[in-house]
Amino acid sequence: MNVFISLAAVVFLFLAGLLGAGAGLDALFGIVIPYIAIFLFLGGLIYRVMIWANVPVPFRIPTTSGQEKSLPWIKQSKLDNPSSTLGVIGRMALEILCFRSLLKNTKTELHEDGHVAYGSSLWLWLGSMAFHWSMLIILLRHIRLFIEPVPGAITFLHKLDGFLQIGAPVFYVTSFIFPIALLYLLFRRLGDPKLRYISLVNDYFPLFLLIGVGISGFWLRYISKTDIASVKELTVGLMSFRPVTPAAISPLFYGHLFLVCVLLGYFPFSKLVHMAGVFFSPTRNLANTNREAHHANPWDYPVKVHTYEEYEDEFREKMKAVGIPVEKE
Amino acid sequence: MNDKSKSIVGLVIFLALVIFPVLYNFAVGGAGPRPELELPEGESRCVEDKDFMTAHHMDLLLEWRDAVVRQGKKNYTSQAFGEIYEMSLTGTCMNCHTKRETFCTRCHDYADVDNDCWGCHVEPEGQ
Repeated sequence: MNVFISLAAVVFLFLAGLLGAGAGLDALFGIVIPYIAIFLFLGGLIYRVMIWANVPVPFRIPTTSGQEKSLPWIKQSKLDNPSSTLGVIGRMALEILCFRSLLKNTKTELHEDGHVAYGSSLWLWLGSMAFHWSMLIILLRHIRLFIEPVPGAITFLHKLDGFLQIGAPVFYVTSFIFPIALLYLLFRRLGDPKLRYISLVNDYFPLFLLIGVGISGFWLRYISKTDIASVKELTVGLMSFRPVTPAAISPLFYGHLFLVCVLLGYFPFSKLVHMAGVFFSPTRNLANTNREAHHANPWDYPVKVHTYEEYEDEFREKMKAVGIPVEKE
Repeated sequence: MNDKSKSIVGLVIFLALVIFPVLYNFAVGGAGPRPELELPEGESRCVEDKDFMTAHHMDLLLEWRDAVVRQGKKNYTSQAFGEIYEMSLTGTCMNCHTKRETFCTRCHDYADVDNDCWGCHVEPEGQ
Protein backbone atom coordinates (compact mmCIF):
# COMPACT_ATOMS: atom_id res chain seq x y z
CA MET A 1 0.00 0.00 0.00
CA ASN A 2 2.79 2.40 1.00
CA VAL A 3 4.48 1.63 -2.28
CA PHE A 4 1.45 2.45 -4.40
CA ILE A 5 0.66 5.67 -2.52
CA SER A 6 4.23 6.86 -3.06
CA LEU A 7 4.31 5.83 -6.70
CA ALA A 8 0.94 7.48 -7.39
CA ALA A 9 2.09 10.67 -5.64
CA VAL A 10 5.22 10.92 -7.78
CA VAL A 11 3.35 10.17 -11.01
CA PHE A 12 0.76 12.79 -10.07
CA LEU A 13 3.44 15.40 -9.33
CA PHE A 14 5.23 14.69 -12.58
CA LEU A 15 2.02 15.00 -14.57
CA ALA A 16 1.14 18.19 -12.71
CA GLY A 17 4.39 19.79 -13.90
CA LEU A 18 4.08 18.37 -17.40
CA LEU A 19 0.44 19.24 -18.01
CA GLY A 20 0.54 22.46 -15.99
CA ALA A 21 3.34 23.88 -18.13
CA GLY A 22 1.64 22.50 -21.22
CA ALA A 23 -1.49 24.43 -20.25
CA GLY A 24 0.41 27.70 -20.12
CA LEU A 25 1.50 27.84 -16.48
CA ASP A 26 5.21 28.11 -17.46
CA ALA A 27 5.76 31.04 -15.14
CA LEU A 28 4.33 29.14 -12.17
CA PHE A 29 6.36 25.96 -12.77
CA GLY A 30 9.44 27.69 -14.17
CA ILE A 31 9.81 30.66 -11.84
CA VAL A 32 7.50 30.75 -8.79
CA ILE A 33 7.78 27.14 -7.69
CA PRO A 34 11.59 26.89 -8.13
CA TYR A 35 12.07 29.99 -5.95
CA ILE A 36 9.67 28.64 -3.30
CA ALA A 37 11.47 25.30 -3.42
CA ILE A 38 14.93 26.77 -2.93
CA PHE A 39 13.60 28.96 -0.12
CA LEU A 40 12.06 25.92 1.61
CA PHE A 41 15.27 23.95 1.07
CA LEU A 42 17.61 26.53 2.55
CA GLY A 43 15.23 27.78 5.24
CA GLY A 44 14.27 24.28 6.30
CA LEU A 45 17.88 23.14 6.40
CA ILE A 46 18.95 26.12 8.53
CA TYR A 47 16.00 25.47 10.86
CA ARG A 48 16.85 21.78 11.29
CA VAL A 49 20.58 22.37 11.72
CA MET A 50 20.08 25.14 14.28
CA ILE A 51 17.90 22.80 16.37
CA TRP A 52 20.67 20.20 16.32
CA ALA A 53 23.35 22.81 16.94
CA ASN A 54 21.64 23.82 20.20
CA VAL A 55 21.67 20.30 21.59
CA PRO A 56 24.18 20.12 24.47
CA VAL A 57 27.21 17.93 23.90
CA PRO A 58 28.74 17.57 27.37
CA PHE A 59 30.48 14.22 27.09
CA ARG A 60 32.32 12.11 24.57
CA ILE A 61 30.54 8.93 23.52
CA PRO A 62 33.24 6.26 23.27
CA THR A 63 31.34 3.97 20.92
CA THR A 64 34.28 2.79 18.91
CA SER A 65 35.57 -0.21 17.14
CA GLY A 66 39.25 0.16 17.95
CA GLN A 67 41.80 0.54 20.71
CA GLU A 68 41.66 3.89 22.45
CA LYS A 69 44.75 5.93 23.24
CA SER A 70 46.45 4.24 26.18
CA LEU A 71 49.97 3.36 27.26
CA PRO A 72 52.70 4.10 24.72
CA TRP A 73 53.32 0.44 23.92
CA ILE A 74 49.66 -0.25 23.14
CA LYS A 75 48.91 0.65 19.55
CA GLN A 76 46.07 3.13 19.19
CA SER A 77 43.55 2.75 16.42
CA LYS A 78 43.80 6.34 15.28
CA LEU A 79 40.90 6.42 12.82
CA ASP A 80 38.46 4.22 14.68
CA ASN A 81 39.14 5.68 18.08
CA PRO A 82 40.70 9.11 17.54
CA SER A 83 41.95 11.28 20.36
CA SER A 84 42.68 14.36 18.26
CA THR A 85 40.70 16.69 16.01
CA LEU A 86 42.68 15.49 13.00
CA GLY A 87 41.70 11.90 13.76
CA VAL A 88 38.06 12.92 14.08
CA ILE A 89 38.22 14.70 10.72
CA GLY A 90 39.65 11.49 9.25
CA ARG A 91 36.90 9.37 10.79
CA MET A 92 34.18 11.79 9.62
CA ALA A 93 35.65 11.99 6.12
CA LEU A 94 35.65 8.21 5.81
CA GLU A 95 32.08 8.12 7.10
CA ILE A 96 30.81 10.82 4.74
CA LEU A 97 32.77 9.89 1.64
CA CYS A 98 32.91 6.12 2.01
CA PHE A 99 29.89 5.30 4.23
CA ARG A 100 32.02 3.25 6.58
CA SER A 101 29.19 2.45 9.00
CA LEU A 102 27.25 0.97 6.12
CA LEU A 103 30.28 -1.04 5.08
CA LYS A 104 30.09 -2.75 8.46
CA ASN A 105 26.51 -3.78 7.73
CA THR A 106 25.91 -7.42 8.65
CA LYS A 107 23.13 -9.80 7.82
CA THR A 108 21.61 -12.16 10.35
CA GLU A 109 20.12 -15.36 9.05
CA LEU A 110 18.29 -18.14 10.84
CA HIS A 111 19.03 -21.40 9.11
CA GLU A 112 16.64 -24.32 8.89
CA ASP A 113 18.47 -26.39 11.45
CA GLY A 114 18.04 -23.57 13.96
CA HIS A 115 21.50 -22.04 13.99
CA VAL A 116 21.98 -18.32 13.52
CA ALA A 117 24.57 -17.06 11.07
CA TYR A 118 26.01 -13.59 10.73
CA GLY A 119 27.74 -12.44 7.57
CA SER A 120 28.88 -9.23 6.05
CA SER A 121 26.43 -7.77 3.56
CA LEU A 122 27.93 -5.35 1.09
CA TRP A 123 25.09 -4.87 -1.39
CA LEU A 124 23.43 -2.03 0.51
CA TRP A 125 26.78 -0.27 0.80
CA LEU A 126 27.52 -0.77 -2.88
CA GLY A 127 24.06 0.46 -3.93
CA SER A 128 24.33 3.51 -1.70
CA MET A 129 27.82 4.39 -2.90
CA ALA A 130 26.75 4.06 -6.53
CA PHE A 131 23.66 6.18 -5.96
CA HIS A 132 25.20 8.95 -3.82
CA TRP A 133 28.35 9.41 -5.89
CA SER A 134 26.52 9.44 -9.19
CA MET A 135 24.06 11.93 -7.72
CA LEU A 136 26.95 14.18 -6.70
CA ILE A 137 28.46 14.01 -10.17
CA ILE A 138 25.07 14.66 -11.77
CA LEU A 139 24.53 17.69 -9.50
CA LEU A 140 27.98 19.06 -10.29
CA ARG A 141 27.68 18.63 -14.01
CA HIS A 142 24.30 20.41 -13.96
CA ILE A 143 26.23 23.52 -12.90
CA ARG A 144 27.05 24.08 -16.57
CA LEU A 145 23.41 25.09 -17.01
CA PHE A 146 23.48 27.54 -14.09
CA ILE A 147 26.52 29.67 -14.74
CA GLU A 148 28.05 31.40 -17.70
CA PRO A 149 30.90 31.13 -18.66
CA VAL A 150 31.35 27.51 -17.56
CA PRO A 151 34.56 26.88 -15.60
CA GLY A 152 37.00 24.30 -16.93
CA ALA A 153 36.56 22.02 -13.93
CA ILE A 154 32.87 21.47 -14.71
CA THR A 155 33.61 20.86 -18.39
CA PHE A 156 36.29 18.37 -17.36
CA LEU A 157 33.83 16.58 -15.07
CA HIS A 158 31.12 16.11 -17.67
CA LYS A 159 33.64 15.10 -20.29
CA LEU A 160 34.94 12.50 -17.86
CA ASP A 161 31.39 11.32 -17.26
CA GLY A 162 30.88 11.04 -21.00
CA PHE A 163 34.22 9.38 -21.72
CA LEU A 164 32.53 6.50 -23.52
CA GLN A 165 31.68 8.96 -26.32
CA ILE A 166 28.55 7.15 -27.39
CA GLY A 167 26.00 9.06 -29.43
CA ALA A 168 25.05 12.70 -29.49
CA PRO A 169 24.49 14.15 -27.01
CA VAL A 170 27.19 12.06 -25.39
CA PHE A 171 25.97 9.31 -23.08
CA TYR A 172 26.90 9.88 -19.45
CA VAL A 173 27.90 6.88 -17.36
CA THR A 174 26.08 8.33 -14.36
CA SER A 175 22.78 8.56 -16.28
CA PHE A 176 22.87 4.78 -16.24
CA ILE A 177 24.30 4.13 -12.76
CA PHE A 178 21.94 6.58 -11.00
CA PRO A 179 18.60 4.96 -11.91
CA ILE A 180 20.00 1.43 -11.67
CA ALA A 181 21.32 2.04 -8.14
CA LEU A 182 17.99 3.58 -7.14
CA LEU A 183 16.04 0.66 -8.59
CA TYR A 184 18.27 -1.69 -6.62
CA LEU A 185 17.56 0.28 -3.43
CA LEU A 186 13.84 0.10 -4.22
CA PHE A 187 13.78 -3.62 -4.96
CA ARG A 188 15.88 -4.29 -1.90
CA ARG A 189 13.02 -2.83 0.16
CA LEU A 190 10.39 -4.71 -1.82
CA GLY A 191 12.21 -8.03 -1.98
CA ASP A 192 12.91 -8.61 1.71
CA PRO A 193 9.67 -9.25 3.70
CA LYS A 194 11.24 -7.94 6.94
CA LEU A 195 12.33 -4.75 5.26
CA ARG A 196 9.05 -4.31 3.44
CA TYR A 197 7.21 -4.62 6.75
CA ILE A 198 9.08 -1.66 8.27
CA SER A 199 9.08 0.50 5.12
CA LEU A 200 6.86 3.57 5.21
CA VAL A 201 5.58 6.08 2.68
CA ASN A 202 8.47 8.35 3.60
CA ASP A 203 10.88 5.56 2.63
CA TYR A 204 9.29 4.90 -0.75
CA PHE A 205 8.35 8.44 -1.69
CA PRO A 206 11.92 9.84 -1.87
CA LEU A 207 13.01 6.74 -3.81
CA PHE A 208 10.26 7.16 -6.39
CA LEU A 209 10.88 10.88 -6.49
CA LEU A 210 14.58 10.39 -7.25
CA ILE A 211 13.79 7.67 -9.79
CA GLY A 212 11.31 10.08 -11.37
CA VAL A 213 13.92 12.84 -11.53
CA GLY A 214 16.45 10.40 -12.98
CA ILE A 215 14.15 8.94 -15.63
CA SER A 216 12.69 12.29 -16.70
CA GLY A 217 16.22 13.71 -16.96
CA PHE A 218 17.32 10.70 -18.96
CA TRP A 219 14.31 11.05 -21.23
CA LEU A 220 14.99 14.73 -21.72
CA ARG A 221 18.62 14.22 -22.65
CA TYR A 222 18.49 11.11 -24.79
CA ILE A 223 14.98 10.57 -26.10
CA SER A 224 12.63 13.53 -26.34
CA LYS A 225 15.03 16.43 -26.37
CA THR A 226 14.41 20.08 -25.81
CA ASP A 227 16.38 23.18 -26.72
CA ILE A 228 19.16 23.16 -24.14
CA ALA A 229 20.10 26.80 -24.79
CA SER A 230 16.56 27.85 -23.84
CA VAL A 231 16.78 25.71 -20.69
CA LYS A 232 20.00 27.46 -19.80
CA GLU A 233 18.34 30.81 -20.43
CA LEU A 234 15.72 29.85 -17.83
CA THR A 235 18.15 28.55 -15.19
CA VAL A 236 20.61 31.40 -15.62
CA GLY A 237 17.66 33.78 -15.38
CA LEU A 238 16.63 32.19 -12.09
CA MET A 239 20.19 32.42 -10.78
CA SER A 240 20.59 36.08 -11.67
CA PHE A 241 17.06 37.09 -10.51
CA ARG A 242 15.93 38.02 -14.02
CA PRO A 243 13.65 35.06 -14.62
CA VAL A 244 12.37 34.23 -18.09
CA THR A 245 10.44 31.29 -19.51
CA PRO A 246 11.53 30.78 -23.12
CA ALA A 247 8.80 29.33 -25.30
CA ALA A 248 11.00 26.66 -26.87
CA ILE A 249 11.17 24.55 -23.68
CA SER A 250 9.11 21.38 -23.82
CA PRO A 251 6.58 20.49 -21.07
CA LEU A 252 8.67 17.42 -20.23
CA PHE A 253 11.35 19.74 -18.89
CA TYR A 254 8.81 21.29 -16.52
CA GLY A 255 7.81 17.81 -15.34
CA HIS A 256 11.49 17.15 -14.53
CA LEU A 257 11.91 20.57 -12.91
CA PHE A 258 8.78 20.21 -10.79
CA LEU A 259 9.97 16.86 -9.41
CA VAL A 260 13.29 18.50 -8.53
CA CYS A 261 11.43 21.35 -6.80
CA VAL A 262 9.36 18.89 -4.79
CA LEU A 263 12.57 17.09 -3.85
CA LEU A 264 14.17 20.35 -2.70
CA GLY A 265 11.15 21.44 -0.67
CA TYR A 266 10.70 17.99 0.84
CA PHE A 267 14.39 17.51 1.61
CA PRO A 268 14.80 19.29 4.98
CA PHE A 269 11.63 17.80 6.45
CA SER A 270 12.30 14.19 5.61
CA LYS A 271 14.87 11.48 6.17
CA LEU A 272 16.85 12.97 3.29
CA VAL A 273 18.15 15.57 5.71
CA HIS A 274 20.71 12.95 6.80
CA MET A 275 22.89 14.92 4.39
CA ALA A 276 23.26 17.47 7.20
CA GLY A 277 22.54 15.02 10.01
CA VAL A 278 25.54 12.83 9.27
CA PHE A 279 27.77 15.66 10.50
CA PHE A 280 26.00 15.48 13.86
CA SER A 281 26.66 11.78 14.48
CA PRO A 282 27.85 11.90 18.09
CA THR A 283 29.55 8.52 17.96
CA ARG A 284 31.59 9.66 14.97
CA ASN A 285 32.34 13.35 15.49
CA LEU A 286 33.77 13.37 19.01
CA ALA A 287 37.36 12.54 19.89
CA ASN A 288 37.62 9.93 22.60
CA THR A 289 39.36 11.94 25.31
CA ASN A 290 37.34 10.55 28.18
CA ARG A 291 40.45 9.35 30.01
CA GLU A 292 42.94 12.09 29.22
CA ALA A 293 40.70 15.08 29.89
CA HIS A 294 38.12 15.79 32.57
CA HIS A 295 34.69 16.41 31.13
CA ALA A 296 32.58 18.15 33.78
CA ASN A 297 28.88 18.13 33.27
CA PRO A 298 28.24 21.84 32.66
CA TRP A 299 24.79 21.84 34.19
CA ASP A 300 25.80 20.12 37.43
CA TYR A 301 24.49 22.26 40.27
CA PRO A 302 26.38 22.44 43.59
CA VAL A 303 25.16 19.47 45.64
CA LYS A 304 24.20 20.31 49.23
CA VAL A 305 26.24 18.04 51.47
CA HIS A 306 25.94 17.31 55.15
CA THR A 307 29.32 16.12 56.42
CA TYR A 308 29.85 13.84 59.39
CA GLU A 309 31.37 16.71 61.37
CA GLU A 310 28.22 18.80 60.86
CA TYR A 311 26.10 15.77 61.73
CA GLU A 312 28.00 15.25 64.95
CA ASP A 313 27.72 18.94 65.80
CA GLU A 314 23.98 18.64 65.35
CA PHE A 315 23.43 15.48 67.36
CA ARG A 316 26.40 15.46 69.78
CA GLU A 317 24.36 15.81 72.94
CA LYS A 318 21.85 13.16 71.93
CA MET A 319 24.66 10.78 70.89
CA LYS A 320 26.44 11.22 74.21
CA ALA A 321 23.17 10.68 76.07
CA VAL A 322 22.72 7.19 74.56
CA GLY A 323 26.42 6.35 74.83
CA ILE A 324 27.46 6.54 71.15
CA PRO A 325 31.15 7.47 70.86
CA VAL A 326 31.83 10.89 69.35
CA GLU A 327 35.00 12.21 67.76
CA LYS A 328 34.92 15.64 69.32
CA GLU A 329 33.98 16.09 72.94
CA MET B 1 28.89 22.79 25.88
CA ASN B 2 27.47 22.44 22.40
CA ASP B 3 28.95 22.62 18.96
CA LYS B 4 27.00 25.66 17.85
CA SER B 5 29.92 27.66 16.46
CA LYS B 6 31.20 24.69 14.45
CA SER B 7 27.70 23.97 13.19
CA ILE B 8 27.27 27.54 12.04
CA VAL B 9 30.61 27.46 10.21
CA GLY B 10 29.49 24.28 8.45
CA LEU B 11 26.14 25.80 7.59
CA VAL B 12 27.73 28.92 6.14
CA ILE B 13 30.06 26.81 3.98
CA PHE B 14 27.10 24.80 2.74
CA LEU B 15 25.04 27.91 1.97
CA ALA B 16 27.96 29.39 0.07
CA LEU B 17 28.15 26.19 -2.02
CA VAL B 18 24.43 26.24 -2.75
CA ILE B 19 24.34 29.87 -3.81
CA PHE B 20 27.61 29.50 -5.70
CA PRO B 21 25.91 29.89 -9.12
CA VAL B 22 24.35 33.19 -7.98
CA LEU B 23 27.66 34.48 -6.61
CA TYR B 24 29.57 33.33 -9.68
CA ASN B 25 27.15 34.96 -12.12
CA PHE B 26 27.33 38.12 -10.04
CA ALA B 27 31.13 38.02 -9.86
CA VAL B 28 31.55 37.71 -13.62
CA GLY B 29 29.36 40.78 -13.99
CA GLY B 30 26.10 39.09 -14.83
CA ALA B 31 25.93 35.89 -16.83
CA GLY B 32 26.03 36.52 -20.53
CA PRO B 33 22.72 36.48 -22.34
CA ARG B 34 21.75 33.71 -24.70
CA PRO B 35 23.93 34.14 -27.80
CA GLU B 36 22.41 35.52 -30.96
CA LEU B 37 22.85 33.27 -33.97
CA GLU B 38 23.67 34.60 -37.40
CA LEU B 39 20.95 33.13 -39.57
CA PRO B 40 21.51 32.78 -43.31
CA GLU B 41 20.04 35.56 -45.33
CA GLY B 42 17.48 34.76 -47.98
CA GLU B 43 16.37 31.51 -46.34
CA SER B 44 13.12 31.21 -44.40
CA ARG B 45 13.56 27.70 -43.03
CA CYS B 46 15.97 24.80 -42.42
CA VAL B 47 15.53 21.25 -43.71
CA GLU B 48 13.02 20.57 -40.93
CA ASP B 49 11.01 22.98 -38.79
CA LYS B 50 12.75 25.23 -36.27
CA ASP B 51 11.62 23.47 -33.06
CA PHE B 52 12.82 20.13 -34.37
CA MET B 53 16.13 21.56 -35.52
CA THR B 54 16.95 23.33 -32.24
CA ALA B 55 16.20 20.27 -30.13
CA HIS B 56 17.04 17.35 -32.42
CA HIS B 57 19.66 18.54 -34.94
CA MET B 58 22.17 16.07 -33.47
CA ASP B 59 19.79 13.18 -34.14
CA LEU B 60 19.42 14.30 -37.74
CA LEU B 61 23.19 14.60 -38.18
CA LEU B 62 23.76 11.13 -36.76
CA GLU B 63 21.00 9.74 -38.98
CA TRP B 64 22.65 11.34 -42.01
CA ARG B 65 26.05 10.02 -41.01
CA ASP B 66 24.75 6.47 -40.72
CA ALA B 67 22.79 6.72 -43.97
CA VAL B 68 25.70 8.11 -45.95
CA VAL B 69 28.63 6.26 -44.43
CA ARG B 70 27.08 2.89 -43.68
CA GLN B 71 24.29 2.57 -46.25
CA GLY B 72 25.62 4.67 -49.10
CA LYS B 73 22.45 6.74 -49.43
CA LYS B 74 22.64 10.29 -50.66
CA ASN B 75 19.28 12.01 -50.43
CA TYR B 76 17.09 12.97 -47.48
CA THR B 77 13.41 13.82 -47.82
CA SER B 78 12.33 16.49 -45.38
CA GLN B 79 9.54 15.20 -43.14
CA ALA B 80 8.09 18.66 -42.62
CA PHE B 81 8.37 20.07 -46.13
CA GLY B 82 8.80 17.07 -48.44
CA GLU B 83 11.75 18.62 -50.21
CA ILE B 84 14.77 16.48 -51.07
CA TYR B 85 18.18 17.42 -49.74
CA GLU B 86 21.63 15.95 -50.14
CA MET B 87 22.81 14.51 -46.82
CA SER B 88 26.00 16.46 -46.33
CA LEU B 89 27.24 18.53 -43.42
CA THR B 90 29.63 20.66 -45.41
CA GLY B 91 27.59 20.59 -48.62
CA THR B 92 24.08 21.16 -47.31
CA CYS B 93 24.20 22.50 -43.73
CA MET B 94 27.21 24.68 -44.24
CA ASN B 95 26.02 25.89 -47.58
CA CYS B 96 23.69 28.19 -45.62
CA HIS B 97 25.31 28.27 -42.18
CA THR B 98 28.66 29.14 -43.65
CA LYS B 99 30.62 29.92 -40.51
CA ARG B 100 30.51 27.61 -37.53
CA GLU B 101 31.86 30.34 -35.23
CA THR B 102 28.74 32.45 -35.75
CA PHE B 103 26.29 29.56 -35.63
CA CYS B 104 27.21 26.15 -34.16
CA THR B 105 29.86 27.29 -31.73
CA ARG B 106 27.83 30.08 -30.13
CA CYS B 107 25.15 27.83 -28.69
CA HIS B 108 27.53 24.95 -28.09
CA ASP B 109 29.81 27.17 -26.06
CA TYR B 110 26.86 28.63 -24.17
CA ALA B 111 25.50 25.21 -23.20
CA ASP B 112 29.03 23.79 -22.85
CA VAL B 113 28.32 20.97 -25.29
CA ASP B 114 31.14 19.41 -27.23
CA ASN B 115 30.69 18.46 -30.85
CA ASP B 116 33.15 16.23 -32.61
CA CYS B 117 32.14 17.12 -36.18
CA TRP B 118 35.40 18.97 -36.73
CA GLY B 119 37.57 16.00 -35.86
CA CYS B 120 36.97 14.82 -39.43
CA HIS B 121 35.08 17.53 -41.30
CA VAL B 122 36.76 20.66 -42.51
CA GLU B 123 34.94 23.95 -42.55
CA PRO B 124 34.48 24.90 -46.20
CA GLU B 125 36.38 28.00 -47.19
CA GLY B 126 35.16 31.00 -49.15
CA GLN B 127 31.61 29.93 -49.83
